[in-house]
Amino acid sequence: MSTTSSTTTCRIDLRGWVLPLTLLALWWALTAAGWVNTKLIVPPGNVLHVAATTLSDAAFWQGTLFSVTRDVSGFIVGALGGVALGSLLGASRWADRLIGPSFHTMRQISLFAWLPLLSTWFGYGELAKLVFISLSTLYPVALGAFEGVRGVTRAHLEVAKVYRFTRVQLLFRLILPAAAPQIATGLTLGLVCAWVATIGAEFLLANWGNGLGNIIIKGRSTFNVELIIVGMLAIGLVGTVLNRIAARLEAHALRRQGRRA
Amino acid sequence: MSASIDDPSVFAARAAVHGKQQLAVLLNTARVVLGAIAQRAVFVAAGLVLPALIVLLWWTAAEHRWVPEQLLPAPTLVWQTLRELWASGDLHAHLWFSASRVAWSLLIGGSVGLLLGFGMGLTHTLRAYLYPSFNVVAQFPVLGWVPLLIIFAGIDEALKISAISIAVVVPVTINTLKGIANIPRPLLEVARVYRFSLLQVLWRVVLPAAAPSLFTGLRQAVMQAWLSLVFVELLASSEGIGYLIVWGRQLSQPDLVVAGMVVVGAVGVLLDLALRWLESRLQGWRRGAF
Repeated sequence: MSTTSSTTTCRIDLRGWVLPLTLLALWWALTAAGWVNTKLIVPPGNVLHVAATTLSDAAFWQGTLFSVTRDVSGFIVGALGGVALGSLLGASRWADRLIGPSFHTMRQISLFAWLPLLSTWFGYGELAKLVFISLSTLYPVALGAFEGVRGVTRAHLEVAKVYRFTRVQLLFRLILPAAAPQIATGLTLGLVCAWVATIGAEFLLANWGNGLGNIIIKGRSTFNVELIIVGMLAIGLVGTVLNRIAARLEAHALRRQGRRA
Repeated sequence: MSASIDDPSVFAARAAVHGKQQLAVLLNTARVVLGAIAQRAVFVAAGLVLPALIVLLWWTAAEHRWVPEQLLPAPTLVWQTLRELWASGDLHAHLWFSASRVAWSLLIGGSVGLLLGFGMGLTHTLRAYLYPSFNVVAQFPVLGWVPLLIIFAGIDEALKISAISIAVVVPVTINTLKGIANIPRPLLEVARVYRFSLLQVLWRVVLPAAAPSLFTGLRQAVMQAWLSLVFVELLASSEGIGYLIVWGRQLSQPDLVVAGMVVVGAVGVLLDLALRWLESRLQGWRRGAF
């Protein structure tokens, strides 16, 4: 039985390669035969060439580093704020009644609509982007924390009361561990949002600062299609790598949590 | 016993007791209902405290010029701008542009997403061929596509609709696929026992069972579409709500920027309410089915 399952997974893997390989071959054939405008649909070889030169260019790595630093610092600020806000709304009914409606209404303002106002307030520099990225992280994390804390049962709370937990103990030994899975989900979502916000902010404020997004927008203004494709792949790869790391950390943290409990 | 019922005095006494009981029930119900209404009113009022405080602070700050006017326009000015936009018909025109972009993208992206989702959900072969590629493409944020799309589609309507459609396809496909993959096997086996035709299986088993998931897809799609719309309109556009904001920014008219944000938020709230209403209708239908 194990052999059949292994052969089927092998066959599935192969079938999954058919579409991308066909498209690649088509792309190569079309550009090699000169049937299309190679200025618009660039040959794959050129993309590889540009990728090689870009990857050996220090400015590219610097831009990527800037973007990732921006992304992670904005994420950390937003995540801390989100966990605090979500826990508050989840733990206190009155806080929920007072702040909840405003929070849920503000959440409906499509994120990028904030950027022009933030750039008016904080200028075009690092601060506006950081605030923007934090804001984009805040919403999903706060929602996750809110749902997690709301999910703490009264029975657990009563046990904590019997043990005479102090408020700090209550927070760190009951509420946050119990809410950990939902908070983790919120954080994962927040990380995705933070990366989208980072790239978006760099696209929209392209003339200020230097990051991955700025490099790509500059490629667009000089009609450098190869650079745009390389940049797109870089954005996707960095995002995927960040998500993988986050998923690892999340699994690790939850496993440790499980062992302690 | 029958004689006692016939006795008018006993009957009257019973009626009186019965009436009193009814009155008590009625009063109790009224108290509960009024109490619930009062509680609801208190909660709504509590929710309005914070916005009222913020507007008050905003108004005072603008009145006393604590912050330069270029940074924080007075709330009265924003209100005036909104009314002027409304009166001149500009707001309608911009909203119409944005709404039609979202509608077209939902239609195109939604159809493609449903096709992909149903196709991959129903036939394993198609899934084996398409899913790995789709999964890789879905990892890329839609924003990353935009520069490439600008090259191919220019900066006109085609760019907006293609970018927003891509943003719609991904959640619709993923949720459709999930909905179909999670259909309990016994349901399909029952359908086989009843010798349902393919159309019957689709219409009477697959669609109802996958409906909640399809709805989640729709909700995510609408939210993604609205998010991407504002982004694309901010980046490259000459009309639409996002353009209104950029325009206000370029003219250094913060009142226009804030007015645009208010409109974006209002539309977001309306979309959310509409989706919730739809969802409750859907769930009502589901409850009715069983």
